[in-house]
Amino acid sequence: MTVTKAHIVERLFRCARGKLTKSECARIVETMFEIIKQTLENGEDVLISGFGKFSVRSKSQRRGRNPQTGDPMILPARRVVTFKCSGVLRSKMNQN
Amino acid sequence: MTKSQLIEALAKAEGITLKMAEMAVKVSFETMAEALIKGDRLEVRGFGSFKVKNYDGYKGRNPKTGEIIEVKPKRLPFFKVGKDLKKRVNGEI
Repeated sequence: MTVTKAHIVERLFRCARGKLTKSECARIVETMFEIIKQTLENGEDVLISGFGKFSVRSKSQRRGRNPQTGDPMILPARRVVTFKCSGVLRSKMNQN
Repeated sequence: MTKSQLIEALAKAEGITLKMAEMAVKVSFETMAEALIKGDRLEVRGFGSFKVKNYDGYKGRNPKTGEIIEVKPKRLPFFKVGKDLKKRVNGEI
C-alpha cells in the first residue's frame, strides 16, 4: 500500500477533534511541506527528530556518458537532497 | 531547521497556535514513520517518496582492526526526491 498526503490530512483531521476542518488540515499539511521545501531550497538542512534529516549536498561537475550513445559529456555541478534516517526510526523498522 | 523551528514557522505562516502547529507536524511525521515501519511505500507529491529497501546481511570487516564482523540483514528507508523539489533545490525554478 502507498501512504499519501491524503492519509496524513485524514489523520490530522481526526486528531484535531473538530477544531479544524478538513480543508484547513489540507492547507496546514501543504504549508508544512512548503516550508520544508523552501528551507532546503535555501540550502539549509531540515532535522526532524525521530524521523530523519534532509540535507542539501553540492555535487561538483563531472565527466559522464550518454548511456544511449556512449558519447562522453560534462555533467554540470548540481545540488541534490539526501535523506538520512534517524536512529530511532531505524531501530523501529528493524524490530522484528 | 529543527522540528521546533518548523512548528514555529508553520504556526506563523498559517496563523494557528503553536499547539495546533505542533500537533500537525507530529501527526504528519508519525503517519509517515508508521508507514515505513509497516513497510509501506510513502509518497508526498512535489516533495518526494520513500520506499523501504531490504538489505541482506554480509560478513564485513572493521577497517581499523581487520576483525571480521557479521552485518545483520536490515531494512532502511530510501528517499527519492520529487520533481518539484529537485528542480527548486537546483535553482531550475
